[in-house]
Amino acid sequence: MKNRKKLFDKLYNVVAVICCLLLIGVLLYTVARLPHYGEENPRTVEVVERYVERGVEETGAVNIVAGMILDYRAFDTLGESHVLFTALICVLILLGKDEKNMRKEFDSYYTVEYENYHKLAGDSILRLVGYLLLPCLFLFGIYILLNGQLSPGGGFSGGAIMGAALIIFAAGFGFETVDKVFTEKLLKTVTFIALTFYSFAKGYVFFTGANGLENHVPKGIPGMILSGGLILPLDIAVGFVVACTMFGFYSLFRRGSIGHDHTFMDQQ
Amino acid sequence: MEFIRNYPLFTIVLSLFSGVLCYMLKPAAAKIYTLVFEGLLIGMVGCVLFYVIVTGQPFTYVMGEFPAPWGNEIRAGILEAMIALLFLIVEICSISAGHRFLVIDMDESKRNLYFTLVNLMTAALMALVWTNDLFTGYVFLEILTLTSCGVLIVREIGRTTLAAVRYMILNLLGSGLFLLGVVLLYDLTGHLLMVPMRQTIAELARDPQVLPVLGVAVGILTIGLSIKSGLFPFHFWMPDTYGWASPTSAALLSSLVSKAYIFLLFKTYYRAIGIDVIEQLPIRNVLLVLGIGGIVVGSLQAIHTNNLNHMVAYSSAAQIGYIYMGIGLGTMAGYTAAMFHIMAHAITKSQLFVTTPRLAEVSGGTLKFQDLQGAGLKSKVAGLYFTLGAFSMIGIPIFAGFSSKLLFALAAVGQGSHKKIILVMLALAVSSMLNALYFVMTLIRIFTPEGKLEKDDLRHHHINYHLPMVLLTAANLMLGLKSDLVVSLIERGLSMFG
Repeated sequence: MKNRKKLFDKLYNVVAVICCLLLIGVLLYTVARLPHYGEENPRTVEVVERYVERGVEETGAVNIVAGMILDYRAFDTLGESHVLFTALICVLILLGKDEKNMRKEFDSYYTVEYENYHKLAGDSILRLVGYLLLPCLFLFGIYILLNGQLSPGGGFSGGAIMGAALIIFAAGFGFETVDKVFTEKLLKTVTFIALTFYSFAKGYVFFTGANGLENHVPKGIPGMILSGGLILPLDIAVGFVVACTMFGFYSLFRRGSIGHDHTFMDQQ
Repeated sequence: MEFIRNYPLFTIVLSLFSGVLCYMLKPAAAKIYTLVFEGLLIGMVGCVLFYVIVTGQPFTYVMGEFPAPWGNEIRAGILEAMIALLFLIVEICSISAGHRFLVIDMDESKRNLYFTLVNLMTAALMALVWTNDLFTGYVFLEILTLTSCGVLIVREIGRTTLAAVRYMILNLLGSGLFLLGVVLLYDLTGHLLMVPMRQTIAELARDPQVLPVLGVAVGILTIGLSIKSGLFPFHFWMPDTYGWASPTSAALLSSLVSKAYIFLLFKTYYRAIGIDVIEQLPIRNVLLVLGIGGIVVGSLQAIHTNNLNHMVAYSSAAQIGYIYMGIGLGTMAGYTAAMFHIMAHAITKSQLFVTTPRLAEVSGGTLKFQDLQGAGLKSKVAGLYFTLGAFSMIGIPIFAGFSSKLLFALAAVGQGSHKKIILVMLALAVSSMLNALYFVMTLIRIFTPEGKLEKDDLRHHHINYHLPMVLLTAANLMLGLKSDLVVSLIERGLSMFG
C-alpha cells in the first residue's frame, strides 16, 4: 500500500511536469503567432481608435484609462468595485470572532497574543517614522484619489495608499488610538454609502443612456479638477471603500474584529 | 422603448445594492428582505420572459450612452430569461428550505453576512445570464467565485474550510485560464463584446494561420470553465465541497453556480465565437468524450462512496457530464437537451441537498449509509421529498430526469455519426442503470425500518420548508409532463440566441 502511494506520488510529479511543459509549449507557440505588438491591424483597432481619438471629448477625462473604465465600460467597473466588498465579507465570516470560533480553551492563548501586539505598538522608531510619514501618506493618497480623471491613479490606487497609511497608524500607535475614530460602525456606514452611491449613480447613467434620455451630468472642462462627469465622485467612493477594506483586512487578520471589540475587552 | 426592457438592468443593480444593504441589517431582517427581494426579482424576470415570448424578438440594452462595440451591453432573449427565472426560483426555494440548518451552522452575529453573499451571488448570476460582453462575464465570474467560497466557509468546521480552500484554488485557476482565453481572443479580434467578436472571428477563421491560435484560445477558455463547473476529470473537488457545506450553500453551488459557468461557456461558443467556427475545431468531440467519461466515472464513484451527501455530489458530476455531452453533440437537438438538463438538474439537485441533512439529523447526525437505516421512516416528510428527487435523478417517467434523458437519446439519433449514436446510447444505458442502482439502494436503506420509530417531529417542517419543496416538486413534474412546451420555448430561445 505504501509502495503504491509512493509510486503514485512519483508518477503524479512526472505527469505534472509534462503537463506544465506542454502548456508552456502551446502558449509559446500561440504567442509567436499573435499579431505583433504595435502593428497596425485595421481589424482590431476599431474600438481603441475611438477611445483614443474621441475619449477626452466624450468623457471629459484627460486620463483616457479613467474614461474607459468609468465611462465607456463602467458596468465592468461597477462589478469590480463590489469584488473587494465581497472579499471583505468573506474575511469577516472567516476571521471575525464569534461564539463558534472563540472556544473557551483558546482564551488564554488569545489574551497573551493580544497583549503582545500592544507592546509591539509602542515601538519608538515606528512612532517617529509614523509622525513624519503619515501626513504625507494621507495627502498623497487624497491627491491620487482626486486626480484620477487627470493623471494615472484614481479610486483603487489612492484608496490603497490611504489604507496603507491607516495600517501604519494602527501599527505605530496601537489599535486603541485608531478605535477612537475608526469603528466597525464607521466602516459599515462608509462602505454602505459609497457603494450605494456608486450603484445608483451608475444605474442612473445606464438607465438614461439606454432610454435615450438626457442624464444632466456636467462633463466639465477637460484638464480641470472638476471634469470627467461622474468619474471624480465615483473615484472618491471607490477610494473610501478600498481604504476601509484594506484596514479592515489588517484589523481582522490581527485581532479578529474591526474596531473596538466589547465582548473581548470585557473578559480582560 | 417599453419599460420592461429596463428590468434586466434592475435585477443586477438592485441585487448589488441588496448585498450592501444586508451588511447593515440584522440577521432576521436580512432574511426576510432577501426573500421578499427575490420574489420581486422573480416577478421582474417573469415579465421579461413574457415580454420576449410575446414580441418574439430578443432585445439588447446599452449600458450607458455608448453603443456596442464601445460600451457594455446586456441582452435578453427567451433562453436567458428562462434560465434566469429558473435560477431565482431555485435560489429562493433553497434559502427558505435550508434556513433552519443555517441557524445551526452559523453564529447569530454573522448571519446577515450570509444574505449579503447570497444577494451578491444573485447579482453575479443575473449578470452572467444577461451579459453580452466577455469581460463583463469575467468580472462577475470573479464575484461568483468569491461568493461561492464565502457561502462554503460559513460552517466554520475544519472540513468546510479545507474544502473551501481547495475549491478556491481550483476556481482561481479556472478564472485565470478563462481570463487568458479572453485576452487571447481580444488580442486577435480587438473586441470584447460578443457579437462584434464573432463577426471578426468569422473572417479570421478563413485564415489557416490563425485557426490554431483561435483553437488554443477557445481551448484554454473551455478548460477554465470546465474546471469551475466540475467536468470530468476536474470533478474531484465536488464531494468535499458539496458534502460538507451548509445545505443551502450546497444547493446553491451545485444547482446554480456550476450551471452559470456552463451557461457562460455555451454563450461564448454560440455568440462570441460562432458555432460554425467551433465546428472546425476538435473541441466538440473532446467535450463529448469527457462528458461521457464524467457520466460513467461519476456514477461509479457515487456507488463506491459511503456518505449520502458524497453520493449526491458524485451524481452531480455525472449530471454535469450529461450537459457537456449535449453541447458536445454539436446539433440543435443536443443544445436543447443540454439546456433542458440544466433546468432539470438544478431543480432536482437543490431538492436533494436540502432533504439529506434532515435525514442525517434523525439518524444521529451522520450521513454514513449504515446509520441512515430507517431515516426515511423517522422523518417521513424528508423521506418523501428525497424519494421524489431520486425518482427524477433515476429518470422515472413523468419526472424531469426522464424527459432530459429522452431528449439526449433523440439528439444522438438525430445527428449523422454512427459512432456518436452508439457512444451516447451506451452512456445513457449504463448511467441509467448505475443511477438506479445507487439511488434505489439508498431508498431501500432509508425505508427499511429499524428500531422503534418515534413520532416524526412536525415542528421541524413548517411552511418555510414545505412550500419550497412542493414548488420544486411541481417544477420538476412540470418539466417532466409538459416537456414539449419547455422544449419548444428552448428551441425558440436558441434560434434567437446567436
